[in-house]
Amino acid sequence: MSKSYTPGLKIIENALIKKKRILPLSGQLHVDKNDLVKSDQIVASANIPGNVQMINVSNKLNIDPNQIFDSMLCKVDHEVKKGQVIARNKGLFGFFKTELKSPMDGILINVSDVTGQIIISEKPIPIEVDAYIDGRINEVYEKEGVLVTAQGALIQGIIGVGGEQKGTLKILESEKELDNLDLKSDLICVMSSYLDYKMYKKINQLGLKGIICGGIDYESLTKILGYPLGVAITGSESVTTVVVTEGFGDINMSERTFQLLNKYKDSYCSINGATQIRAGVMRPEVIINIDSDNKNIINNNNESLILVNSKVRIIRDPFFGLIGTVSNLPKDLVKMKTETMVRAAEVTLKDGSKKIIPRANLEVILSD
Amino acid sequence: MNKKLKDIKVILATDCGSTTTKAILIEFINDEYRLTFRGEAPTTVEAPFEDVTCGVINSIIELEELSGRKILIDDKIISPIDNNAGVDLYISTSSAGGGLQMMVGGVVKNMTGESAQRAALGAGSIVMDIIASNDGRKYHEKVQKIRQLRPDMILLSGGVDGGTKSHVVELAEIIKTANPNPRLGNSFKIPIIYAGNKDAIDDIKKRLEDITDLKIVDNIRPTLDQENLKPSRDKIHDLFMEHVMAQAPGYNKLLTWTDHPIIPTPGAVGEIIKKIAFNENISVVGVDIGGATTDVFSVFNKKFNRTVSANYGMSYSICNVLAETGIKNISRWLSSSIDEKNLTNRIANKMIRPTTIPQTLEELIIEQSIAREALRLSFIQHKEFAVSLKGIQQERTISDTFDQTMSGETLVNMNDLDMIVGSGGVLSHAPRREQAYRMLVDAFLPEGVTEIAVDSIFMMPQLGVLSEVHEKAAVEVFNKDCLVRLGTCIAPVGSNNNSTEILEYSFEFNNKKVEGILKFGEIVLIDVNYISVKTKLVMKENYTINGLSEFQDDIYGGEVGIMLDGRGRPFDFNAFNKDSIKDWSIQTNEYPIIDSVTTSDSLK
Repeated sequence: MSKSYTPGLKIIENALIKKKRILPLSGQLHVDKNDLVKSDQIVASANIPGNVQMINVSNKLNIDPNQIFDSMLCKVDHEVKKGQVIARNKGLFGFFKTELKSPMDGILINVSDVTGQIIISEKPIPIEVDAYIDGRINEVYEKEGVLVTAQGALIQGIIGVGGEQKGTLKILESEKELDNLDLKSDLICVMSSYLDYKMYKKINQLGLKGIICGGIDYESLTKILGYPLGVAITGSESVTTVVVTEGFGDINMSERTFQLLNKYKDSYCSINGATQIRAGVMRPEVIINIDSDNKNIINNNNESLILVNSKVRIIRDPFFGLIGTVSNLPKDLVKMKTETMVRAAEVTLKDGSKKIIPRANLEVILSD
Repeated sequence: MNKKLKDIKVILATDCGSTTTKAILIEFINDEYRLTFRGEAPTTVEAPFEDVTCGVINSIIELEELSGRKILIDDKIISPIDNNAGVDLYISTSSAGGGLQMMVGGVVKNMTGESAQRAALGAGSIVMDIIASNDGRKYHEKVQKIRQLRPDMILLSGGVDGGTKSHVVELAEIIKTANPNPRLGNSFKIPIIYAGNKDAIDDIKKRLEDITDLKIVDNIRPTLDQENLKPSRDKIHDLFMEHVMAQAPGYNKLLTWTDHPIIPTPGAVGEIIKKIAFNENISVVGVDIGGATTDVFSVFNKKFNRTVSANYGMSYSICNVLAETGIKNISRWLSSSIDEKNLTNRIANKMIRPTTIPQTLEELIIEQSIAREALRLSFIQHKEFAVSLKGIQQERTISDTFDQTMSGETLVNMNDLDMIVGSGGVLSHAPRREQAYRMLVDAFLPEGVTEIAVDSIFMMPQLGVLSEVHEKAAVEVFNKDCLVRLGTCIAPVGSNNNSTEILEYSFEFNNKKVEGILKFGEIVLIDVNYISVKTKLVMKENYTINGLSEFQDDIYGGEVGIMLDGRGRPFDFNAFNKDSIKDWSIQTNEYPIIDSVTTSDSLK
């Protein structure tokens, strides 16, 4: 039988979490397989090539491009210092020589006898990748990175902005609490409801690490970013990291998600607002490391199969946000009010009422 | 492929899209090839599956269930056919994993840069950036851009044969400095196609041969007035197979299943659009609107052009359409007002849950309004790109004084356009064909007499690749099962000059005559099938059809009929209001019950 998958956001208390920590280009690893690592520990590093500057030696020394090698005083791949004479022409009868000094510290990386230009590269910029979560190094990829695994609570949001952050979960019941807080700058605020721009601004000004909320207006997100978000590829913005669990609009956080976060209030966690819906399906996330003896770890990718008795959430109007159980999966296509013929599911809601919903508008609730 | 074409009786074709893998079954029945079944399943290139063949197998399993024909055994395609099992030919297209992403380089941005862009787009790629000597960016900015974008491959052109070579060599040095890694497969060298001044080949080799997988092809612009795109396009297709496809998860396995190389989806759609234009000797505009991108194709005067609007789409990129056009341009197509905040939130929710579908009529109408704007914006981009070669000196005589055409003028002439073909989910899967008809007419605003058609179930990609293997089968299925001829749109050119009447019309078909007067602001739909209709149109006031005040010819109806569009060209939205939107909808039988758009769909 063909399989019907639906998108599902994971909300799991005891999950096996795997995080690949990969460098953008080849570099060095600082840990070995099976090492235990802390979330802020550097596991890999690399040097990104520095900015480059092109200098037209041919013009500056008034020579033909094919004479450039005779005029150069330093070699390709050698270091140059700012102010160092790097080229000199032969002058007139050995006199009136023109010199060219390096405008910067760096490495001479190219000399061209066609264009008459040279290229100097600034020194490489070091970059480091940390473990992001407390865990164990499960795999190492030579010169590329590592795989960190851990046991913990995993909550995936639907959209986020801002990059990786680590901090302590703080349940925020009202805006006033922000005024009275014994503020530690590493707090990550959890709001069971919707985030408006005023609230974001306040949290941002307090310098807190992140916000986890139910909903947000597209208009507010535009103000936060300073531009309208056109394509859901985020993560590199310089903003306070926000993880939205339900979607756009005045929507409360689902009860289950809030209960899980509330259970682990004051715990240290890692969050990431990075979202990439196309080609990668990366969702924002909250990861809480748990020291647990519970061996019932959830690690089942096929849970997103929609079946009779699957617990589902409706993710589009007119029943957006309602939770129910699939009571029937009609084999034949069903005609909607739009006149579209769709594969549908009969969903029994909490109040006992039954609704016919396109399967595409259901999200399987992945939980333990 | 060693199979004899006449022995091919059952064909399986798949298109691995970014979200959905579509499979179609074509069978030779009663002396002709016909589409018999279609199946689909989610694409599985991404985690957790990371194997495109899982989605392919799932879509084929659905075909098996629907057709009752056994196609797979142990997750392998049975070929050749064995009684009532298996297929004779299996082919596929792909745009999964982001499709083919390229950068192009040229010395002058709107000359060789544009030619390189045309070659890359024509081969079905997304052009991420054009690097040119005169693009206004500093050297280090170009280097940074190449490093940051990590294209699948780079097409480098520049200079006419025998001309100066220093600029194109400088571009090669920029690439060398950037030393980019390909997007897929860190351990592979990035493929670079050099299609520039042949005198610079040795210098280019010296700079790029060691660090890249350099391929040399004929110059894309050997002289200023000559464009030679084919060698570059062919090489892009080869490298797409060798590098990009071979690196994408599961494609190595899929490549061993197919009887013909996999080609990028937009390249396949382009092939089929070209075939329509060349076989029928007409000018065509085709569009394929997807979730992330919208491709527009055109053939005017036998010149083919393709553009991809990489950020106009109906799901992943829907908010980009909103950001570019503005909420007012979207709500103007709605017959009732919706609070702006509510509307933007709904659109944004579609972006983050891209696979959901409208369950209420109101949601459907909103999506179709956005589609009009996405199509409109993409067509504007296409008109700006589909131009005659720039930089050519033109000889003029005294007789040209009052008719001075410039080099670089758009080739898209709406008055010359014979047919618009629409494809993509929002058009092919619109519950009523009238909706697709309206979306295409409202977005493209054809002028004069233009036939409108849609791809019935979104299968042009598969037929595009099939046309390269078995043209007869592709053409038969295209004409009988794929192309749905909706009808002919008649749109007089002229603006409202306080006159209420635009034209008198007379249509003769099936031994009856339909006559009337088209008034300004009206849309009139004549219900007539795809048959020849004797037509007479007499224009009023300043209105014209194809530059004439009277038109007499045979035109065709279609599944929807002949649409008389009295909204004037150029189309001025300010002349109309919400009542007009409602009237147009009623006149064209667009939606079921226009007054109940806000009611939600629920179980009875």
